[in-house]
This record gives sequence, C-alpha cells and structure tokens, in this order.
Amino acid sequence: MNKLNEAVQEQLKTDLPVFNSGDTVELDVRVVEGGKERIQKYQGVVIGRKGGGIEETMTVRKISNGVGVERIFPIHSPMLANINVIRRGKVRRAKLNYLRKLSGKATRIAEKR
Amino acid sequence: MMRGLIGKKIGMTQVFGDRGIMIPVTVVDAGPCVVTQVKIESIDGYSAVQLGFGERKEKHTNKPMKGMFNKANTTPKRILSEFAPIQGFDYKVGQEFGASIFKEGDIVNVTGTSKGKGFAGVMKRHGFAGGPKSHGQREYDRSPGSIGQGSDPSRVYKGMRMAGHMGVEKVTVKNLEIIRVDGEKNQLLIKGAVPGVQNSFILIKK
Repeated sequence: MNKLNEAVQEQLKTDLPVFNSGDTVELDVRVVEGGKERIQKYQGVVIGRKGGGIEETMTVRKISNGVGVERIFPIHSPMLANINVIRRGKVRRAKLNYLRKLSGKATRIAEKR
Repeated sequence: MMRGLIGKKIGMTQVFGDRGIMIPVTVVDAGPCVVTQVKIESIDGYSAVQLGFGERKEKHTNKPMKGMFNKANTTPKRILSEFAPIQGFDYKVGQEFGASIFKEGDIVNVTGTSKGKGFAGVMKRHGFAGGPKSHGQREYDRSPGSIGQGSDPSRVYKGMRMAGHMGVEKVTVKNLEIIRVDGEKNQLLIKGAVPGVQNSFILIKK
C-alpha cells in the first residue's frame, strides 16, 4: 500500500483546504475551449467525499435554473485549479443524499459556529 | 540492452495525464535484474540471456544453483527467466539491468499467473449465456445446456467446454503502454491491468 501511495505522491495536492460534507465551496474549474484555457466557477454544496489518496472525489450539488446539478470532481485533479470554502455547514451525515429529495427552504443548511 | 525484465506487481492506482485525464495504472517493481547465465549457440544449442530477480533464501538454494549465482557474483535469486538477446550487444554474467531499459510511451507485453478462481461454472469460465431466468424455469439459470447429440455419437466430444478449475494459469496481456519510468527506484507505471495477484512476479517484454 505504501509503495502505491509513494508512486503517485508527486501528483497529490498539498495545499488543499479542510472541508467536509455540508460546506459550500466555490471551485475554479479549468475549461479548455478551442485550444484556449479559461477558468469556470462552480459553486455548490459538498454532499459527500469518497475514496482516499489520489482517488478521492467529492460530489458538489447546486440548483441551476431550478434544476438540480451534481458534479463529481477528483479532488487532486489538475483541472481543479482552486477550492474555495465559502461557508461551513453544520450537518449530521457524511453523505447528504437526502438533499436530493428536498427543495426550496428545506435544503438550507445551518452554518457552523 | 535487454528486451525485457522480471518484475513484481505492487498494485493498481491512477495518475492524471494531459488535461486531467485519469489513467489507470499498475505499479510494478522492475529490477534490478542480474544476468545469471548467457546461453550461446555453440554450447547450449540456442542463444538466450538468463535474468534473475527477487531474493531467495540461502537454505532454499541447492548446490548447483549456488555455483551459478557465485559465478555471477550475486545473491541467490528467486525467479530466473530467459530472454532473447539483442544481436551485437555484449552480455556479461553478473551484469545488472533496471527499469531504465524502458522509456515512457513504450508498448510492452506483460506475462503473469492469473488469479485463482477455484472450481468455476461455465458462465464464468467460458462466458456461456446460461439458461432462462424466468418463465417458469428453475434450476437451469447457470447451466451449460446440451453437451452433445444422442445415440450417434453416443459420447461427449473431447475438449467440450465444461465447469472446472479456472485461473492460476499463464496469461499474457499485450500492448500495454508504459506511463512512467523511475530508473532510481526501478519502478514502472504500466497503463491498465496486468495478470496476477499483488506481489506476484511478472515478465515485462518489449
């Protein structure tokens, strides 16, 4: 196991912020269009983290034009330029899959103090 | 140079490639492999380079083997394997080869011993479709079906695919790309899966 982790050590990000399920994050996603690269923002609630090491991913959910959108990002992906934690949420679950069934005011998450 | 090496499968992980593309890779410890014997046409009837890899305990090494390892001025090796020599290269007994004989982008074939599956049915072992799973069926959902005709030929043909032991056999996976070479640590990252359990020995050939 150690040798496996060592082999990919150099690709791991060392400057990751601490964040958990329930936190609202703003992500800087690198988008390549026609040979040009630009940064696209994506903001939403982290509803779960999965895996470990270089394989770790997070699911970020947001409501876009009334439609629920979930994107799964590999946390250590070079296409993820920056993770900015905007708000810390107080939740009692590691996976917030129940948010999918809720809408409007019910989806609010209390802020951690 | 060498056409191949003996290595040890460490396990699988993933790396990010261009534009953040995820590449599944197998981490392999390849080398250092020692030339334990050079076979030549005039003495052995064919030419080959024998490589040794991995540590073997002294007490598990018999005398003739010890003699061979002593000649190569090396410790007893666990695995020995012969490779076709490259014409014009001067191989010497005791010479060492490491992962740096490969470079990134090389296409290799990897040979190993597949994982044991035990006594497996025809669906798993030969990819049969099995029987119908519904419409009043019972007991036939994983069965092979007919295994031949009736009174003529009155027997089952040889080689009929049936249930039986599966796995623990020599398997070669061809055309795998080498993603990264670490000459210092003698480590290779090979794209995709290679046969066998973790820590098993494999042959990597160009």
